[in-house]
Amino acid sequence: MAITLTVNGKKHEVAADPETPLLYVLRNDLKLKGARYGCGLGQCGACTVIIDGKAVQSCDVPASAATGKAITTIEGIARNGKLHPLQEAFISEQAAQCGYCATGIIMAAKALLDANPKATEGEIRTALKGNLCRCGTHQRILHAIQRAAKELRQ
Amino acid sequence: MSTADTSPRKLPGSLNANRQLDRWLRINRDGTVSVFPGKVEIGQGILTALSQIVAEELDVAMGRIRLSPTDTSYSPDEGMTSGSQSITDGGAALRYAAAEARDLLMQRAAAQLGVSLEQLSVTDGTVTARSGGSVSYWDIVTDDLLAREATGDVPPKPAAQHSVIGAAVPRRDIPAKVGGVPSYVHDLDLPGMLHGRVARPPSYGAKLGALDEADVRAMPGVVALVRDGSFVGVVAEREDQAIRALQRIKRIARWEEQANLPESTDPRFLLKETSEDEVISEKRDEAAAGRAAKTLEAEYTRPYTAHATIGPSCAMASFDKGRYTIWTHSQGVYPLRHDLSKVLAVKPDQITVIHCDGAGCYGHNGADDAALDAALLARAAPGRPVRVQWMREDEFTWEPYGPAMVVRLKAALDANGNIVDWAEELWSNSHSTRPGAQKGVNLIAAWHLAQPHEPSPPRNPPLPGGGSHRNAIPIYEFPNQRVTNHLIKRMPLRVSALRALGATANIFAIESFMDELAAAAGADPVEFRLRHLKDPRARAVIETVAAKAGWKKGEKGDGSRGRGIGFARYKNGACYVAVIVEVEIGNEIGVKRAWAAIDAGLVINPDGLINQTEGGLIQSVSWALKEAVQFDRERVLTQTWDDYPILTFEEIPQIEVTVINQPDLPPLGAGEGAQGPTVSAVANAVFNAIGARLRDLPFTRDRVVAALT
Ligand code: FES
Ligand code: FES
Repeated sequence: MAITLTVNGKKHEVAADPETPLLYVLRNDLKLKGARYGCGLGQCGACTVIIDGKAVQSCDVPASAATGKAITTIEGIARNGKLHPLQEAFISEQAAQCGYCATGIIMAAKALLDANPKATEGEIRTALKGNLCRCGTHQRILHAIQRAAKELRQ
Repeated sequence: MSTADTSPRKLPGSLNANRQLDRWLRINRDGTVSVFPGKVEIGQGILTALSQIVAEELDVAMGRIRLSPTDTSYSPDEGMTSGSQSITDGGAALRYAAAEARDLLMQRAAAQLGVSLEQLSVTDGTVTARSGGSVSYWDIVTDDLLAREATGDVPPKPAAQHSVIGAAVPRRDIPAKVGGVPSYVHDLDLPGMLHGRVARPPSYGAKLGALDEADVRAMPGVVALVRDGSFVGVVAEREDQAIRALQRIKRIARWEEQANLPESTDPRFLLKETSEDEVISEKRDEAAAGRAAKTLEAEYTRPYTAHATIGPSCAMASFDKGRYTIWTHSQGVYPLRHDLSKVLAVKPDQITVIHCDGAGCYGHNGADDAALDAALLARAAPGRPVRVQWMREDEFTWEPYGPAMVVRLKAALDANGNIVDWAEELWSNSHSTRPGAQKGVNLIAAWHLAQPHEPSPPRNPPLPGGGSHRNAIPIYEFPNQRVTNHLIKRMPLRVSALRALGATANIFAIESFMDELAAAAGADPVEFRLRHLKDPRARAVIETVAAKAGWKKGEKGDGSRGRGIGFARYKNGACYVAVIVEVEIGNEIGVKRAWAAIDAGLVINPDGLINQTEGGLIQSVSWALKEAVQFDRERVLTQTWDDYPILTFEEIPQIEVTVINQPDLPPLGAGEGAQGPTVSAVANAVFNAIGARLRDLPFTRDRVVAALT
């Protein structure tokens, strides 16, 4: 079965069972490895991407349900060859230990800030309640997101 | 002089076992320096710290350092990356090797420039003579320069000359990791790659009965089905096809199960097990014991605790012409190869094990097991690499947990509120069942094969580091003490090393009990600890954290808010950490703020140290408030994040870490120092807030209610 997906502004045709979770299509067919498998159950957020402006756990969406929608992955948020301010802020704040959770968190944060550039710390925490980090990097991640938010508002 | 000692002299850290200088580093003519660490990145930023050490000792810019992934075909054998030993073992080796390399380069430069060594200075690899004239490392180096055994005679730079060591150098791996660039073994994508999954038994020791193999083989994309005893796995063209085949196997396979798990998740079942008992510390002073005026006793427990990494274990393997290549996030490529060679029945040199980064590693997780899974499946598809990633349920049910523990304490106070007698007894399993043992194989699949291998006989890592008895001997000065370890060999649940090993429960017990004793003595908990401590570094971290938190002598909680302190010197020989937390108790316990002070000797990278300490602190708050592996008589019931909640973004405290740098003292392991102090600080803060003493981890709502009634 061919599925047509629009990812980071480009159209792709993939031959996959329509029920295949979007995560595997992104990682294996499109070789976009930035969304990561953590649970496959919609519980951890490691696989978060943005679909039509909303943060979505790509392990929990059949690929066929994403046809005709705009899918953005971590690989698609750099602008003019420069990392997105959120990514820059994660580097400035050294907001990673293992970093496995980081791309999903950045995508969740991007969806939040796109909709609400003035998000408070409390709103950021709430927006990230579906994203787990086992290394305990939360405080730095919160600082990085607030730093990026400030940058983006300017 | 006595007779000549013929054994080779002792060299610093891992240099002792890997003595050739060029096993550690090479100076390249293209202006780069290749470094070959045997320790691996497990999310702790070690590779950045090791690069700093080499850049510092060689006097070259950080940008010139090229780190080679740890690989059994060329890397030094540094055993495991564990126990906060990387800076003390691998760091020391590289520090001395680089200092010696610099010395050899300088001698060569002096000869070429025709001046004495004292006339020379180095900036970023360019050696300049005071009289003018310069050469660079890259011009004068030849292959033979470092092809020699280290002497360990060239001392590393004194702290006063450090410019790279001690600097908050940014981690080298973070830009790629936050950029979405393939960074983990999970992201490897090799030409012709297949996907494998293993259908693990539903419980420990379950035996595979009927399985309609033809039914699975006929599924779309399935390339191979491997059944060997109770090991069953599938290989498919696509990952989603492998998962569908796995789900099918799980539905149709028949298993014979046994009901041999403990009758309750309460760790006190350990008290009834047969144990090997050893008194590990004893001090007697009868006169002091005679002053005992008041005696206290208490019992503390910790349940089985999961590593619960965010990225389930993963490995890639290929089997081609009798040789295996394995990509793994194992903490020890050589010990893993040792066990693999037994199971695959090939010589170690027919297996190349290459390290790749994995998701956060907090001890012995499923990385090694996944490597064997991949190898067994790759054997069924020669010439094509097979990638195996565990499902979330596999990780939760099969990872080796941090063992359950029971600790009993008894102490006596004299009339002045001084501790005059102290006794601890602890019950637990071995806290290390890693691969690489002489006897047996510590990899899951090996136990399930038709010709099974036995796990190695359990052994507790010896003191001073210790396993279950890590930090069981109090660091406080008591005239009388007796510490007894009851090592239980039967392991109904699979267990091994989880960050800090037995130190978590031992420190939780000791530091909670110190609080109970302080209360009984009518003393302030900070002052009470200082009263029993001589070591100035121990006192300094406690005093520092108390000052930072604005601790007020005798401060009392208000019935919902309160603060508590915990302290330890990790392993009684590594870093010193003191933690104060503030809790707020509503429906549940919330940890709102935390302060930590850490002394880890010479600090290589202060930001890395702070990052690790913050992380350790948050993880420990999560252990304290939420975590326990659930099981019934047959099965582990903890399968998903719903069954095993961890601390979330909405629940994390605001943290302030203060580093006490000791530039003239050796660096001390620091990755695990916050665990015990944090857990006990939470317990003590709850007591301070509402007067409830919590002695069983985790501190759930039910337990708070029970402690109040
Ligand atoms: S992998 Fe998708 S939410 Fe965990
Ligand atoms: S940094 Fe490791 S899980 Fe978040």
